[in-house]
Amino acid sequence: MDAYTALQVVWFVLISILWLGYFVLEGFDFGVGMLFRAVTRNDDERRTVLHTIGPVWDGNEVWLIVAGGATFAAFPQWYATLFSGFYLALFVLLVALIVRNVSFEFWGKHDTTRWRRGWEWAMIVGSAVPALLWGVAWANIVHGVPIDSQMEYTGNFFDLLHPYALLGGVATLLIFLAHGAVFLNLRTAGDVGERAKAIAGRVAPPAAVAGIAFLIWTVASHGGGIDVGSAIAAAASGLCLIAAAALAGSRPAHAFAATTAAILTFFLALFIDLFPNTMVSSTSALFDMTLNQSASSHYTLVVMTVVAALLVPVVVAYQAWTYWVFRHRVSSAGFGDVRNPLDALDQHRREGGGGPEPAGPGR
Amino acid sequence: MTALELARWQFGITTLYHFIFVPVTIGLALCVAVMQTRWYRTGEEHWLRSTRFWGKLLLISFALGVATGIVQEFQFGMNWSNYSRFVGDIFGAPLAMEGLAAFFVESTFLGLWIFGWGRLSKKTHLLCVWLVALSTALSAYFILAANSWMQHPVGYKMVDGKAELTNIFSVLFNSTALYAFAHTILAALLTAGMILIAVSAWHLRRGREVQVFGGAMRLALPLVVFAAVVTMFVGHFNGILMSHQQPMKMAAADAVFNTERGAGLSLFATGDFESNPEGLNRNVEIPNLLSWISTGYPRGEIEGINNLNREYQRKYGPGNYSPIVAVAYWTWRAMIGCAVAMLAFAAWGWWLQRRGRLRDSKWFLRLAVPAVALPFIASATGWMFTEMGRQPWVVFGLLKTNEANSPSVGPAEVWITLVGFTLLYGALAGFAGWAFVRAVRKGPVEAGHAEDPGQELALTY
Ligand code: HDD
Ligand code: HEM
Ligand code: HEM
Repeated sequence: MDAYTALQVVWFVLISILWLGYFVLEGFDFGVGMLFRAVTRNDDERRTVLHTIGPVWDGNEVWLIVAGGATFAAFPQWYATLFSGFYLALFVLLVALIVRNVSFEFWGKHDTTRWRRGWEWAMIVGSAVPALLWGVAWANIVHGVPIDSQMEYTGNFFDLLHPYALLGGVATLLIFLAHGAVFLNLRTAGDVGERAKAIAGRVAPPAAVAGIAFLIWTVASHGGGIDVGSAIAAAASGLCLIAAAALAGSRPAHAFAATTAAILTFFLALFIDLFPNTMVSSTSALFDMTLNQSASSHYTLVVMTVVAALLVPVVVAYQAWTYWVFRHRVSSAGFGDVRNPLDALDQHRREGGGGPEPAGPGR
Repeated sequence: MTALELARWQFGITTLYHFIFVPVTIGLALCVAVMQTRWYRTGEEHWLRSTRFWGKLLLISFALGVATGIVQEFQFGMNWSNYSRFVGDIFGAPLAMEGLAAFFVESTFLGLWIFGWGRLSKKTHLLCVWLVALSTALSAYFILAANSWMQHPVGYKMVDGKAELTNIFSVLFNSTALYAFAHTILAALLTAGMILIAVSAWHLRRGREVQVFGGAMRLALPLVVFAAVVTMFVGHFNGILMSHQQPMKMAAADAVFNTERGAGLSLFATGDFESNPEGLNRNVEIPNLLSWISTGYPRGEIEGINNLNREYQRKYGPGNYSPIVAVAYWTWRAMIGCAVAMLAFAAWGWWLQRRGRLRDSKWFLRLAVPAVALPFIASATGWMFTEMGRQPWVVFGLLKTNEANSPSVGPAEVWITLVGFTLLYGALAGFAGWAFVRAVRKGPVEAGHAEDPGQELALTY
């Protein structure tokens, strides 16, 4: 039996793209979340920071949801083994994501220091934990975990926490932190932007060190000798990380391009390494799960391919448009303006009305 | 308890919790879209203020819906890996389509709507809220198509002990899904309508914001009356369809144990809360009525639980194929009871309103607040009926629930997640309820008197 068919490869690539999109986009959300207190000194500044990711974080998270759904549809065996195997790790991850989601919503709902500080910490921890765990999880997927002939995970939670996996976690945590700091520097003006820049300059070098160490370990420990494709992607990622480290403290736009490229190539190296398997068994190479063993029927893959070909470009287009609409830098000084359409209406009236109603301020 | 039982509890708890927010989001999104459209058309300020006010409540619900939705998706793999292996070929497709076609639209355009006030043109901004409203409904369609396949599998063949998709259109246009969708959207409208009524009544009783809340009442009272009537029709035909597809569920709902001609409609019955195909302890019924409703003839034949059980044992092998009769019986009645109660209540309010006596009717305004529980009880019991009435099957006729859970996950692990999610959800319910009540009490913001702009931006944050 072949390890894969063409359509299965298409889906492996598509799912990889969904994960890449997720890590690049939610990566800076995580970074911003972790830095929420570090770059701010008062509530106005915190509000500024929330406004950088407020319009987009949920859209970013849907990349994860679709990656999950697409895995379920295209590779149900992968979905089943991975999710039941990494059970408690996923539970921790889900709790963190939930806490983080609601912290955005609840932070501004009440005006006491205790309330706000509580949700600030919820946001920080809720961002840091997934940033760490995604690295741990993908390191384990690539490295291999105990899986038996029935595709069932036979280890426990602590089997997932070996040094290689932990290094992967530290690497993603630091990379996302740097990615977020650069993003904040790019998207905010004034003190917040300055602080973010300083932090980016300090975080990017250790991120590069951890990332490169992890990638070298990955390339060196690949089962059947060195995987050339993976090694090339890893090298590219290493270069981008170095570039990011060099630029983070001075040129935000270039640095952001560098962290973005570093994240893309970092995970690309992992996906290439994993191919043509979906899960690697550390019990026996015979139990590795190939694309073919994990995949749905040909018909389902055809259906899903049609759907994805129709919808993915549309999604990318309107998400890009959203980033365009919210491209302006935000600053805490900006909150003095009227932004409420009701206040705009009032102002319009006081100024003597006439003419068409304002669409709202800021236009 | 076994890992299986725990996993079932967990699924029930997390899903019912998710479904508290789902109908609120779907229904309120539509209402807010209508309000904003009125503002766009008429330029009347109170519609803008209404849009902002109800929009705030929508966002609280949305945030919780999103937070709990992720658990739903991951849960299939975590607790039900055998199920995922068995149905992935079919079930994953609508789930992935839901993400691609609906969740992306929903989340992206909601972000644009929240932060786009003043940044987008009025027309584009209005378009955003409509896209949110329509995509929440669309997401419901896909997930209900997935769920309906479990109730009534179509468009598949069995290969190596797994279900394989043969026709995606059969799955997406499953008769069960069409009914379930109509029924669920109506339930969402009822939920939003009852919330509008309750909140408006609370303010009207205090004589506040008569324009905004009077407007909401004029929208909500006819909406609830209309939706309740249509729900009853759709529910009735849904029930007839179900009697063909899952006769056991209907037999359990009516507590008919032995096939009868001229079966009576049971009004009150008591039984044990375990699968009990033997019979009920007590049963009060109106003669012939059930046969008449279900078949159209007073002497029509109704299949009984025991007869069906014997038939299924012949077909599927030894075992007990009856769900917990008391649960099916009472959840079914609770759902219908709530429908009737909401119809009566809203009709009364509408009548009062048409005579211009709504604002003076202390009783109506007072009762409106507790009445908001009705749609939630109806939805929860509706799902309990649908899902527990299908037992012992998880996919009707194909896969039993006790073969569906994850072999690699033990009771200790499920205990941890069950307790963890339950505690977390409990805390969230506290915060969300508090935020909701606070937003309600504060009422709509006045032009020129907005809270400090930051706060108001915090429509969201
Ligand atoms: C009839 C409607 C309906 C039903 C039965 C379900 N959901 Fe749901 N879901 C929605 C209707 C909905 C929604 C209206 O689209 C939500 C609720 C609030 C919201 O924000 O979107 C949502 C949110 C939501 C999200 C977050 C989406 C986002 O981030 O924007 C996920 C991942 C799921 N759901 C997944 C599920 C799964 C796997 C279910 C099956 C058990 C499920 N939902 C039942
Ligand atoms: C696509 C959607 C859905 C799927 C795939 C699904 C699947 C399942 C599964 C696998 C179980 C476990 C078996 C069992 O415990 O009986 C279950 C049980 C249950 N589900 Fe669903 N379900 C879906 C939607 C819903 C929704 C939206 C609700 C309600 C809000 C719901 C309510 C329940 C309840 C209450 C149980 C517990 C029943 C019991 O323990 O007997 N389900 N469902
Ligand atoms: C006379 C009124 C009603 C009738 C006859 C009715 C009928 C039904 C039937 C037959 C089902 C089971 C479908 C299946 O198992 O395949 C169902 C499920 C359900 N009902 Fe009702 N219903 C009524 C009122 C309501 C109301 C008022 C609500 C909520 C506000 C509601 C919410 C639900 C939900 C959420 C489900 C599960 C989803 C589904 O399968 O459609 N129902 N109803």
